Amino acid sequence: MSDAKKFMFVNRKAPYGTIYALESLEVVLISAAFDQDVSLVFLDDGVYQLKKGQQTKGIETKNFSPAYRALEDYDVEKLYVEKEAMEARGLTEEDFLVPITVLSRAEMGKLMDEQDVVLSF
Amino acid sequence: MKFGIVVNEGPYQHQASDSAYLFAKAAIEKGHEVWRVFFYHDGVNNASKLTEPPQDDRHIVNRWAKLAEDNKIDLVVCVAAALRRGIKEENLAQGFRISGLGQLVEAGIKCDRLVTFGD
Repeated sequence: MSDAKKFMFVNRKAPYGTIYALESLEVVLISAAFDQDVSLVFLDDGVYQLKKGQQTKGIETKNFSPAYRALEDYDVEKLYVEKEAMEARGLTEEDFLVPITVLSRAEMGKLMDEQDVVLSF
Repeated sequence: MKFGIVVNEGPYQHQASDSAYLFAKAAIEKGHEVWRVFFYHDGVNNASKLTEPPQDDRHIVNRWAKLAEDNKIDLVVCVAAALRRGIKEENLAQGFRISGLGQLVEAGIKCDRLVTFGD
C-alpha cells in the first residue's frame, strides 16, 4: 500500500480498572486490517497489560490478555516495552506473555519521533 | 492543513471535549480543515441527544453539532464503545453518526495530523 503510515499505539495504563487497555487493543486489531505499519508501545503501568498469568475472576472482568497472543496472526509484531517502566515494577522480559523488544526511555523517544500517527491510551 | 481529532473523554467530567472543540474552532479560523472528529472511549457520551446541561452552561453536544454543520466536519462515534455505554441511533444527537474504528484509522491515514484529547 503506497500510503502506508507508521502507526504507534502507546499503552500507558494497567489492563483492568479502566477500559483504555481493552479499547486500545480493539483499535490495534482494526488498524492491522488497513495494512499500516503498526507498532505497540508499553510504558508506565501499561507494561502490566502483557504480564503472564492474568487472573480476573475475582473482579468479574473479562481476561482479554490472550488477545495479545493473537496479534502475531494479524502481522502486528512490533511490540516495545520501556526498560525503565519494566524495571520500576520489578518485571523482567520473562514475565511477558508475548515476545517483546525492550527499549530505554531515550530509544523509545527516538522511535516515537519516527512515527506518522501516535495514539496514546 | 487537514486535521483529524480524537476525543477520548466524556463531556462535563473532563476538559478533553472542550479543548478539542476549541482547538477545532481555532484551526478552522486559521484556515485549516477539520476533516473528522472521532469519539472513542467515554468520548461517545458527547453524542447523546439526552444531554441537558443547565441553561447558563455551554451545551457541549449542540456546540459540536453546529461546528460540524457550519464547517462540514464528519462527527463519528465508535460503535463498539457506544454500544457499551448505551449510545445508539435512537439517542444519537443530530450531526453525529455511528461507525466503526476503521474510521479512526482512516483519519490517521488521510489527515496531515491526528490530534488526541483525553487521558
